[in-house]
Amino acid sequence: MAALQRRQGQHAALAIAAVVIIVGVPLWWRTTETYRAWLPVTQINELAKLQLQLSVDVEVVFARGTLTPEQQKKVPLTQTQDEEHMVDEDTALRYRYETRYRTATIMEEDALNQPTAAEADLSLHTLSESPCGSVVVYVIPEASSLLPEVVEVYIGQRRTAMLRIGAQMRVGRTLKQLLAHLEPRIQQVLQVMSFSHSDITAALSDRVRPSPGNKESLADSMRAFKSSPGYEITFSLLNPDPKSHRLHWDIESAVQNYIQPLLTKLAPVANFSIDSQILYYAMLGVNPRYDSSLSAYTLSADSLAHVINPVEARLGSNAASSNPVLNFLLYVPDAHHSPLYIHDHKKQKVHSNAFHSPRWGGIMVYNVNDFYGPDPVFPMDINISMAKVMGVFLAQLRLLLGVQSSATPPGFVVASCGSAGLADWELDRLMWSRTVENVATATTTITSLAQLLDQIGNIVINDNIAQQVSSTVTSLQLAVAELEAGNLGFALQYSKEAILASERAFFDPSLLHLLYFPDDQKFAIYIPLFLPMCVPILLSLLKMLSEARQRRKEKQAKRD
Amino acid sequence: MKTLTLLSLISTYVLVSSIGIEDKAGQFFGSGHTNNWAVLVCTSRFWFNYRHVANTLSVYRSVKRLGIPDSHIVLMLADDMACNHRNPKPATVFSHKNMELNVYGDDVEVDYRGYEVTVENFLRVLTGRLPPSTPRSKRLLSDDRSNILIYLTGHGGNGFLKFQDSEEISNVELADAFEQMWQKRRYNELLFIIDTCQGASMYERFYSPNLMALASSQVGEDSLSHQPDLAIGVHLMDRYTFYLLEFLEDIHPASTTNMNDLFKVCPKSQCVSTPGHRTDLFLRDPGSVLITDFFGSVRKVEITMETINLTSPVEQVEDKPVDGDLQRETHSYVDQLPVSEIIHQKPKQKDWHPPDGFILGLWTLILLVFFKTYGVKHLKHIF
Repeated sequence: MAALQRRQGQHAALAIAAVVIIVGVPLWWRTTETYRAWLPVTQINELAKLQLQLSVDVEVVFARGTLTPEQQKKVPLTQTQDEEHMVDEDTALRYRYETRYRTATIMEEDALNQPTAAEADLSLHTLSESPCGSVVVYVIPEASSLLPEVVEVYIGQRRTAMLRIGAQMRVGRTLKQLLAHLEPRIQQVLQVMSFSHSDITAALSDRVRPSPGNKESLADSMRAFKSSPGYEITFSLLNPDPKSHRLHWDIESAVQNYIQPLLTKLAPVANFSIDSQILYYAMLGVNPRYDSSLSAYTLSADSLAHVINPVEARLGSNAASSNPVLNFLLYVPDAHHSPLYIHDHKKQKVHSNAFHSPRWGGIMVYNVNDFYGPDPVFPMDINISMAKVMGVFLAQLRLLLGVQSSATPPGFVVASCGSAGLADWELDRLMWSRTVENVATATTTITSLAQLLDQIGNIVINDNIAQQVSSTVTSLQLAVAELEAGNLGFALQYSKEAILASERAFFDPSLLHLLYFPDDQKFAIYIPLFLPMCVPILLSLLKMLSEARQRRKEKQAKRD
Repeated sequence: MKTLTLLSLISTYVLVSSIGIEDKAGQFFGSGHTNNWAVLVCTSRFWFNYRHVANTLSVYRSVKRLGIPDSHIVLMLADDMACNHRNPKPATVFSHKNMELNVYGDDVEVDYRGYEVTVENFLRVLTGRLPPSTPRSKRLLSDDRSNILIYLTGHGGNGFLKFQDSEEISNVELADAFEQMWQKRRYNELLFIIDTCQGASMYERFYSPNLMALASSQVGEDSLSHQPDLAIGVHLMDRYTFYLLEFLEDIHPASTTNMNDLFKVCPKSQCVSTPGHRTDLFLRDPGSVLITDFFGSVRKVEITMETINLTSPVEQVEDKPVDGDLQRETHSYVDQLPVSEIIHQKPKQKDWHPPDGFILGLWTLILLVFFKTYGVKHLKHIF
């Protein structure tokens, strides 16, 4: 009886152990598992090693008088040039310049016969439209009167440049020599019109911490806003003295006429929203000094840094969006402190009477004491001349958005930027650096997200995050492919999609790492639950094992 | 000999001219930041933790005075001391005994208040993982050129900081949050100040670059409070923050005091605990870091040299033509309160309810007692 009972007890213990191990453990594992959707980790790791190829289509057109007739027959030819740079161990860049050489058509020759370079430029534009990202260089003879004496290169408003062939290439040279002579000069033009290596490395600053080498580029990179899908621009009129001045500014038409064309042209790069406001009794935080030699008040360059903060507290911002804000302030000094001039570091009057702060905006001081008649009656009605104001704000806007031309090399003349405030090649420059920046940022985001999710096993990865990550990876691959193919417009679009998706995935509210369970806390939770249950099972199993061993010993002893 | 002097002269000239260029561009390269943010958190509630709120508000005042605007400050206060029922002077929070300095005032913008101050919200603010409906004032919209000041105060222990008396944030979580900020380049440099007991334990685990940390006490030490006010009845400030504020009172937006002076604030003789700091993760030398790099907001400024010549005349924007027959809808307010009913005090019409359990039970009890006493045979007389 006792044996039967013991046998039953053993079977019961075995059965319970079996249920616990076969059913219980998997059930516990499955129910305490966090849901982690699948992420394309291999593709993300591939993207982490960024290898960008930027392809530029260059067309070099020889005008009449630059080539001999035999050379003209050989000329329609294409050359490809590669420049490789290893920025750091994870990032490699290759610049491919596909240069097509050809002779000018009759219509282009007619266009180049115009008296000045600007007119020639205009008529060339009517002939053909070059695609986004490409550059056309017209090589004109040395003796041509199109460009003034000292000027070697004229960069037009669209994507064309005119290059003077150079004195030494006059007599008895082969095509090869000619092309070899032109190559570095065309390269120089491309550095200005397309992109330079320093621009691209500055755009990669997210991945590669820039070495404090070139200080100019550091200042440039600090000044311009980082790439963002949208920006908000606010124009504010500050009137500290409403008792003396009743100011009227027609901001709506001014924005429509002067600012909107630029923003429309920049539409592929970002969205812009504009608003304006008038602030009364808003003072500058700094007391200007009276300069008797000018009989005017002056603000020195050192005190300008302290002007912004007291005003900023009163500027509102759109609570609904998280886009970066560009503030443009127009300050009309009060009657007692008029006129007010800004002095630069050399104590010279600044022509524009304006200053700007990197990544913030600009302030312009508008003096109205010229409007006072012989017998001023306060309050005076004053109409602000918006053309002058918008000229300054437009220049500041270009700087802050990164549409900055690096110092042009000597002998270069750049055409004025036209009615839109932005030349086509400047837009291309911006698009190149923005595309590279977007691609770099998106890859770092997605890589660090994958790393984070890998390290912390407790974070739940929802399906929508996995979907965003997949779409980021797809967009990135497409953007890199389009860059290789040289389609700048599509590359920018895909890079924007990539960045939006990657930001959405990284900043998803559900990814909060609050599930930090140190190991000792895990033990503290599970031990009171499982230990009381496991102890009898284990002990009974051990007991059975020891009995079985004893029986085996007895059997062996019997045999012996 | 002559060549040597000539060489030294030339070298000093070159040095001086290069310093000149450095000075001119000096604004840009001292620090790499263009804007400043501050996240000031008070984590404890209840009236006796008045001093933590006063700490945070005093730091808020200093930071605002030195130039950081409200739009760049995220202020989190876990409890409302100014309007607390036990405050003998409502709408004030004093930071000095004898009620000398009211740090509350009428332009304090609290972004997270009361029960909104949780570990989750704090981490969400730092990492940026806020729900899309969060307004701008509750977000930390910093970029890769922002210097951020983070100030935490409350009750803490070895490796954790207590939030709201019910949860805690550990030093590992904090370090991971900073690493995520670094991964997304949400800061250029970060200064972390913590005024709690055993505060140094909170920065032990940091591993991201460009972090500098200060704490009011080492592991195993308590941070003590400064002085009680007998009229209000609680301690008004903590020692470390009190002496920190005394130090900050001497700073103005153009001052050039550096971080090494900040490390000397509140020595053991004044603070009783030993303040600690950590600078090994910081790339620049602390002696070259200005206090105003973190506590103030000194903007870099460039003169605008170029303007664009706009010659096209301004075309007037046409107003949209107004419809001749504008239908004017008369709007009226919906009655917010049934005022007429309140004024005339009409008696409330009570709906009839069947008798509830209590009444039924009482009746049943009475019936039972009756029949028990007098016998069941009387039942037929009743029903």
